Amino acid sequence: MGAPHGHRLHYHGHSPLHRAPAHLKVAGLVGFMLVVVATPVPWLPAFAAYAAVLAVLVVLSGVPVPYLARRMVVETPVLVFAALLPFVATGPQVEVLGVSLTEAGLVAGGGLVMKATLGVLASLLLAATTDPRDLLIGLERLRVPAQLVQIMGFMVRYLDVVTDELRRMKTARESRGFTARNPRHWPVIGRSAGALFIRSFERGERVHLAMISRGHNGSLRR
Amino acid sequence: MHVPDGFLDAPTSLATAAVAAAAIGIALRGARRELDDRIAPLAGLVATFVFATQMLNFPVAGGTSGHLMGGALAAILVGPYTGLLCLTVVLVVQSLLFADGGITALGTNVVLMGIVTVVVGWVGFRAAQLVLPKRLSMVAPAAALGAAASVVASAATFVVLYSVGGVIAIPFDTLLTAMVSVHTVIGLGEAAITFLVVASIVSVRPDLVHGARRVLVVRELETRLVAS
Repeated sequence: MGAPHGHRLHYHGHSPLHRAPAHLKVAGLVGFMLVVVATPVPWLPAFAAYAAVLAVLVVLSGVPVPYLARRMVVETPVLVFAALLPFVATGPQVEVLGVSLTEAGLVAGGGLVMKATLGVLASLLLAATTDPRDLLIGLERLRVPAQLVQIMGFMVRYLDVVTDELRRMKTARESRGFTARNPRHWPVIGRSAGALFIRSFERGERVHLAMISRGHNGSLRR
Repeated sequence: MHVPDGFLDAPTSLATAAVAAAAIGIALRGARRELDDRIAPLAGLVATFVFATQMLNFPVAGGTSGHLMGGALAAILVGPYTGLLCLTVVLVVQSLLFADGGITALGTNVVLMGIVTVVVGWVGFRAAQLVLPKRLSMVAPAAALGAAASVVASAATFVVLYSVGGVIAIPFDTLLTAMVSVHTVIGLGEAAITFLVVASIVSVRPDLVHGARRVLVVRELETRLVAS
């Protein structure tokens, strides 16, 4: 399940890509990736063209390449799986450096790496150039159910609050001399998670009461 | 691991997206029964909680660690409909804001890590609850059974989807045996963590646990006149 989600990916800027409406960017991403996924693996020039399009967009966005490169680590589990494919697939075998691998596995593994890399890079670019609030407005324009967008809005708004709460609990545990090292320490972390649920749920109740006291009548319209 | 772009072919991805959309539609209706007009703030905060607990590392041995998937846990804590909405929102945010899980595989991820884990987790939990004694102390063991079943079912569903729309032929039996055996071990970890978390909440605030409502003893408020 990838690397830890430490902080948001958004990179502040004023490029044409930053200013483009979020719903166009999301629709563009989905369309682009559907085309990439549907392209047969042997059509290498097509993949080169997709990579060129993304490269132009990255330059246009003004997001530094190292900034994106560092965040590509979320792809690691995919690369591991792709590396395994030539060993587990069935079909004609080929010798590579004295190891027998399946031809089909090599092709599929390579295709998976190309498609997944394009996907991660395109998603990173969207995340880097789109403010989470604009993204929510964009999703609403794309006819995502309003209630789902609202839930997402609360999640985006309280993400840092709750993850900070988790971090404070960790600091508190460690300042009492506790570091989790093996499964015997799970009950302590489990209780932390339980406490976090109670705190999050009660925060949700408080937010709801605060909304009502400010005139919220249960409807979703703003 | 979240399913990335290019792992399943386009028709399979679109089909799972349609299934996910239908299930979310049902969940949006059902959640109104579980949380009435409090859905948006409460589900939002519970989704944030699921996201945060997925960041919590449980050390296993030799520097490796595991973490929760949380589908069964969310279903037991806030009910299956709200739980599915929370997991869906978590997966959408991970895909769009953190590039974790491909955008074309979003439907697949919602089916595998949302719908299957929530539904199997909840059904397993309710089945265990029917068999076990109806006591508050039995909520956490039932939750553990549901969690273990949910992880194995998710892995098995993945194998079925892969055999339909995978990029390359891997013998079905080999893949099924490998995935299910690995995920049985992972499922035991998920069960242990779910047990610990649910047990800790039940001991403090059993009224917040949706799955404990049936066994919670409600004490009526009694008013008596003091003899004058």
